Amino acid sequence: MNMTVAKSDISASIPSAPTPPAAAKIVPLPLKQTAMNTRLRAGLVRVASAVIPPLVMIVLLLTAWQLLCMRPGATLPPPSKIWTEAYDLIVDPFFVAGPQDIGLGWRVLTSLQRVAIGYGLAALFGIMLGTLIGQSVWAMRGLDPIFQVLRTISPLAWLPISLAAFRDSQPSAIFVIFITSVWPIIINTAVGIRNIPQDYRNVAAVLQLNHFEFFWKIMIPSAAPYIFTGLRIGIGLSWLAIVAAEMLTGGVGIGFFIWDAWNSSRLPDIFIALAYIGIVGFLLDRIVAGMASIVTRGTSAN
Amino acid sequence: MTSYCKIDHVDKVFRRGNTETCVLKEITLDIEKGEYVSIIGHSGCGKSTLLNIVAGLTEATTGGVILEGKHVDEPGPDRAVVFQNHSLLPWLTVYDNVRLAVDKVFGGKKSRAERDAWTLHNLNLVQMTHAKDKRPSEISGGMKQRVGLARALAMEPKILLLDEPFGALDALTRAHLQDTVMGLHQKLGNTVMMITHDVDEAVLLSDRIIMMTNGPAAQIGEILTVPIARPRKRLELVTDATFLKCRQRVLEFLYERHRFVEAA
Repeated sequence: MNMTVAKSDISASIPSAPTPPAAAKIVPLPLKQTAMNTRLRAGLVRVASAVIPPLVMIVLLLTAWQLLCMRPGATLPPPSKIWTEAYDLIVDPFFVAGPQDIGLGWRVLTSLQRVAIGYGLAALFGIMLGTLIGQSVWAMRGLDPIFQVLRTISPLAWLPISLAAFRDSQPSAIFVIFITSVWPIIINTAVGIRNIPQDYRNVAAVLQLNHFEFFWKIMIPSAAPYIFTGLRIGIGLSWLAIVAAEMLTGGVGIGFFIWDAWNSSRLPDIFIALAYIGIVGFLLDRIVAGMASIVTRGTSAN
Repeated sequence: MTSYCKIDHVDKVFRRGNTETCVLKEITLDIEKGEYVSIIGHSGCGKSTLLNIVAGLTEATTGGVILEGKHVDEPGPDRAVVFQNHSLLPWLTVYDNVRLAVDKVFGGKKSRAERDAWTLHNLNLVQMTHAKDKRPSEISGGMKQRVGLARALAMEPKILLLDEPFGALDALTRAHLQDTVMGLHQKLGNTVMMITHDVDEAVLLSDRIIMMTNGPAAQIGEILTVPIARPRKRLELVTDATFLKCRQRVLEFLYERHRFVEAA
């Protein structure tokens, strides 16, 4: 019985050749809709697959932390205690309740301001010096060994010297940022400049570009991927250094807040501050990486 | 009476430490205005070095190059080069690559609108206007070479230097570009010096073929004048007796009298 049904199906489909076009006319619309649907679904799946795993991990980690620190005699506060005790810090980053009682958003901004000045100077100075070193064999030979030694020095080791030199905490903190982030910028820029292909130099030579034009039109775009690698390492190091520097110099920054919270035994506040530092550091890195991908588009692809 | 472009007793010796390698020996060549000259030889015979000396990118050890009565010893837009590997700047669009050259060469002489028009005109000459806003990484090898050609032409050079411009292209693209170059030479009357290792290409395009002996100390072995009238048609030449004879002369020179010993 089944056999005969199948057979008749086949035999029916052969003579009814004119019917498929009619069917095909109806098919496209639902097809398009399903295509839209699948694209939407694919987008949702992509977002979900990016967001859900870290969320699950955060919940798991918080639960584990909660369980570990809930016991009596635990040295660190559990998340629930942090939530209740540091509630004002969490919900409002920008409150002002007194000269030293301000939201963490303000403190982060103060720290960022210092980083902006120190890192900005480091970027400017680092790219200029890196260009010089990349261009000149003798500058390279003379300065590279010195830089290789200096760059290993911890940011905080510079602090006493800068305090002695500037006699004020603000410029000292800025100097520490500068001195921390300048090395990777110098070194990467120099490598980028040295790696400019001979082809581009030939083009510049035939066009008789002067030094200024060569710098802006060939050197900087060609070395941009390297420069931005240096800038990205630099911004990470600056953010590491500012927290440490502020712990020692005092003032309003996020680093000093942690030190102050420790001295007044406000452990929950410290955890919130750490979260702020981590998120801001992540955002800074993303910003520089985003700038890099805008500026260097097309440069690396050949 | 001096010629339009004279390569005068050029020697090139490379020194590395204590070893000296003589690459070119006693190269003397006169190129007439509007002439298309090809330099052919086995790889390593120093033909690219010779082109670089004319371009000013490499310095001759002795001797020199005189262009329109002036000694040239540094690179300049009057000797525009089309490089083998196109050498377009990857961060600039096709238009901007040509515009960079136009701005540099005509910055003081032409207005902004004129420079724009001149850039587009040269892109149009090589049929690349359609891709003017693309970046070099988005176009094919043949197209890149066209843009390189447009950039060189836009400089209005006294002599156009082509350094194996079609070397990295597939045969069909190469033939197409050869026709483009031939057409442009016909139309604009440029003086051209081209490096090649392709016998057919040399015969098809050139007024004269300079055959180089093998290095070290390569010399001009023989100069062949190609007496084929222009415009030349690729398909007609395939059976043309003069074409075949010229081709045979070059092949004999390269593969019998100056076999490349190190090859194979």
